[in-house]
Amino acid sequence: MAEQPVVEVREISKHFGEEPTRVDALRGVSLDVYPGTVIGLRGPSGSGKSTLLNVIGCILEPTSGSMRLNGELVYDGKWLRADLRGLRLEKIGFIFQSHNLLPFLNAWENIAVTRILAGASPAQARTRAIELLTYLGIERRKDAMPGQLSGGEAQRVAIARALANDPRIILADEPTAALDSQRAGTVMDMLRKVAEEHRSAVIVVTHDEKIFDRFDHIYSLRDGALEPAAGAVAEIPVVG
Amino acid sequence: MNLALKDISHNLGRFLLTCLGLSLLLGIVLAMVGIYRGLVVESLGLVRAAGAQVWVVEGGTRGPFAEASRLPGDTREAIAAQWGVAAAGSVSYQNIDAQHRGQTKRLMVVGAQIARPGEAPLVVEGRPILRSRYEAVADRGAGLVLGEQIRLGRDTFTVVGLTSGLVASGGDPVIFITLRDAQKLQFDLTPAAARREAVRSAGATATTDTVNAILVRLLPGVDANRFAQDIVRWKHLAALTQDDQEAVLARSVIDRARRQIGLFTTLLLTVSTVIVGLIIYTMTIDKKKAIATLKLIGAPDRRIVGLIVQQAIAMGVISFLTGAALIGAGHGYFPRRVVLEPADAMALFGVVIVACLLASALGVRTALKIDPASALAG
Repeated sequence: MAEQPVVEVREISKHFGEEPTRVDALRGVSLDVYPGTVIGLRGPSGSGKSTLLNVIGCILEPTSGSMRLNGELVYDGKWLRADLRGLRLEKIGFIFQSHNLLPFLNAWENIAVTRILAGASPAQARTRAIELLTYLGIERRKDAMPGQLSGGEAQRVAIARALANDPRIILADEPTAALDSQRAGTVMDMLRKVAEEHRSAVIVVTHDEKIFDRFDHIYSLRDGALEPAAGAVAEIPVVG
Repeated sequence: MNLALKDISHNLGRFLLTCLGLSLLLGIVLAMVGIYRGLVVESLGLVRAAGAQVWVVEGGTRGPFAEASRLPGDTREAIAAQWGVAAAGSVSYQNIDAQHRGQTKRLMVVGAQIARPGEAPLVVEGRPILRSRYEAVADRGAGLVLGEQIRLGRDTFTVVGLTSGLVASGGDPVIFITLRDAQKLQFDLTPAAARREAVRSAGATATTDTVNAILVRLLPGVDANRFAQDIVRWKHLAALTQDDQEAVLARSVIDRARRQIGLFTTLLLTVSTVIVGLIIYTMTIDKKKAIATLKLIGAPDRRIVGLIVQQAIAMGVISFLTGAALIGAGHGYFPRRVVLEPADAMALFGVVIVACLLASALGVRTALKIDPASALAG
């Protein structure tokens, strides 16, 4: 394959506590996600989906294994970068179930703040924010506060915020859970568009069956281990 | 993009209401400091206005502003005859309640000799006392006007002159009359039984010719300390230099007020700090999700800390300025003199900023402990 995976997870394990109360949240998970693909993670509550997302998002330190993001080895038994927030700012965009827009910033400011945190000037950040709002079709709502946006609009602003620094990895946690079928479909279409046009890897944690057919690959987590999902649209591309 | 200001403007009403409450507290703190300054100015004002270099008082006492001091009236002549004395004047001090326009006024009556140390200084309107009986020079704070008559004891006095800003350490406006009138006033005001007792015990030798102090001005080049030491050799007299007198006043009158006001000021500042701390903590708790999101998307800790500390400082600055403006506009309506000095205001401003920084510590600690992963929780 010509392109390298954007996300390479190898034998990642994570356990909480010690014996006899130890909980194995992830057990030897390996996963490659390629540019331009949208993959889904499903599984029952407590199966390890959020733990895996937190590990890939460099929020939670694994117990063992290794991980490479956009070609950079960031974890190999320990974090290899001290500035994990800087790493997230640079490489990862997050989309949340309840959009998590900052309530005291309007739509364009919510997007621009990510860019400003990365070092852009306010003027540059604003220009980029307006570009993204236009790209996602809600430029007319640029001055609206989060409370004035509909669920779909707020989620589009959240997607725009995730794209502000042109990350190669986008992690979405139940992005359609609060949306109806039509809006959920729109959001997934946008994630697909973003993945293809920005050559990003999009990983979506979801329970939402109505969007299962929107993924290039879908993985199922059970008791902390990846397994082929029943009815998945694709097979697991890399295991071990 | 200043996140602190954005958050403040998002919750502007609540923020300003909190600032208003805090500004009242800080305004009271500023007013109390101003009252203390006013007390110092007023207390020392009467002592300084006397224009004396040495105060001769009753032996074993610290003078009329600290305790009772009684001297025979003819002591002045003995003092005036001493080498180095340019002028000496007898004075008496007495607080009385006087009826004026249907109201009871508390006044500090100073009895002084015409054209001698202790008489009314710097008459700003009218003239000094020229007649030996029934004339008065009053401070404007007494609410009297030129030509007005006021009854003190059994006699009626005509106001012939006015001074400005001259009050006793208790805040009572000063009214000057002649020493002779003041001595009669003292006797008139004594309860009938005490007066009868005085007549019975002293018989024909009873006298009302007593004074509280003798104020001495020295010739140029005469050392006040040396002169005072010489006077103390007369066992029945004590002498204080002007500096001693001011120090006595500071210890006996001002120091207690300073401690009382200092205690209240400290309490109010502590309450203000606690209020700022609780408000900032509450604002931080309200922003928990937003802070977790900021951390998750990569905001460094200094941004988060800046957000909270800037809000605490903004609260302190706005509250201080509002409080200062309120007191600046309203200090004239206080029953006591309020002296607002820029140095005090700047010092309080510094204290407020430090208090706000301390108060923000709880909010900062809470914010730093917020787990970025909590942003992902539904």
